[in-house]
Amino acid sequence: MSTDNTNAASYLYEVPGPRGRRRIIIGSIISALAIAGVVFAGLWQFGSRGQLDADKWTPFLDLAIWKYLGVGLLGTLQAAAIVAILGAAFGTLLALGRVSKIRWLSWLCAGYIEIARTVPVLLLIYLMLFGLPQLGINFPVLWKLAIPLTLANAAVFAEIVRAGILSLPRGQAEAAFSLGLRSGQVMRLVVLPQAVRNVTPSLITQLVSLMKDTSLGFIVAFTELLYRGQVLSSFNHLLIQTYLVVTIIYLLVNGSLSGLAARLQKKPGRRRTDLTLPLPTPGGSSSQKASNV
Amino acid sequence: MDIFTENAGLLLDAIGTTLLMVVVAGVGSLILGVLVTVARVSPIPILRRAAFLYVQFFINVPLLALLLLAVFALPDAGLILPLLPTAIIVLTVYEAAYVAEAVRSGINTVSVGQIEASRALGLTLWQSLRLIVIPQSLRAVVQPLGNVMIALAMNTALAAVVGVVELTSRVNKINLVYAQPIEIFTGAGLVYMLIALAIGLTAGRIERKVAILR
Repeated sequence: MSTDNTNAASYLYEVPGPRGRRRIIIGSIISALAIAGVVFAGLWQFGSRGQLDADKWTPFLDLAIWKYLGVGLLGTLQAAAIVAILGAAFGTLLALGRVSKIRWLSWLCAGYIEIARTVPVLLLIYLMLFGLPQLGINFPVLWKLAIPLTLANAAVFAEIVRAGILSLPRGQAEAAFSLGLRSGQVMRLVVLPQAVRNVTPSLITQLVSLMKDTSLGFIVAFTELLYRGQVLSSFNHLLIQTYLVVTIIYLLVNGSLSGLAARLQKKPGRRRTDLTLPLPTPGGSSSQKASNV
Repeated sequence: MDIFTENAGLLLDAIGTTLLMVVVAGVGSLILGVLVTVARVSPIPILRRAAFLYVQFFINVPLLALLLLAVFALPDAGLILPLLPTAIIVLTVYEAAYVAEAVRSGINTVSVGQIEASRALGLTLWQSLRLIVIPQSLRAVVQPLGNVMIALAMNTALAAVVGVVELTSRVNKINLVYAQPIEIFTGAGLVYMLIALAIGLTAGRIERKVAILR
């Protein structure tokens, strides 16, 4: 993930000679000037409208504002946790159904996954928010957010887990069967634990995407970070500052999760390398390669 | 069914807006995403750093927060554009980060020998990127890019929240009048599924056409 040792970059060019180094220095100066120019233009634009004035930013030194936004962040984390747990459970079931040998079950799950991946979450939220109450079905606010998100995220979790299951060398399941385990046991004791371990980075990446999705709580007026930010901004009239602060909080929380995913991807656990290195899979599964690049 | 025929004009208008957003933001994010990837593998450290930060920023920040920032907050700083272009620009820069990630994973699939051979032939860095690396890595990531484009199509719905009258917003308004949520929202869902299906099939066709058999 880090810029300095992207796999490709290291062999795209050789160690530059004197002329190459000069060019790189010139390029660095030009791009530094360009980036500085863009940043300066932005700041100048903000400054000319008085958006950088100290009194526009000092309110954010007040602890009360951070407490207020903190409650929102807790709401975000709460919603994300609920959706993650329900979505992962439902998604795992879907993945199991998808890889099962029962034809109709596999097709049913595949159909659900395809549909859920191609319908906007917002449409489901609007259905929950405006549609179903017309029919007398009304959920608490949290679930108006959590149900659509779970339905949508379960499909993504299912695809990730399925990729993990398929990436596992077939020998694992065959060995388990030859030990006399039943197919349920094979899945539960041998295949799933390894599959989930193999796709942990993807699962964490999906967790980030899920955290971002909880910002849709803004629409159903669920107390989460973005909603709190909006209420705060209509109260203090500091739109730019408030939304920037909220954006930066999202960036910090999700960025640390992404960083974790990247670290896991770069340094796979010992057992994972043992598994993926020496056992060539017939036909070569692409998802396995993808998780190790 | 007559809900749909009575409102055919409005619905077609809304579908047109959605498609416009998908196409413009899609093409824009493909171009911008490839440029970001090029910056990310360039030998210029500051460009690589900037491209990395760009990708990290947009992958970790919710699209809705960016839309609200661009539509409601930035006018306070004198940065104001009509609603639809604003939404399209935000979608473009947001999805470009995902395109960049996909293309970068494609660059990792280009074998070292290809790049070494291009250097041995005396191609400059820019030539080997333009003629050898980027074409091959794009071919390797047609399917992932298709998925990014499908996600983009889904994300255009978020523009409804800031007031763009596209499909989601329109069907919601129609439903508030007719109060037949199941039919109306299912209809809209089908349209989105068709858009996603079209993108998926196109990606599949392109992939079959350009795939490199190794």
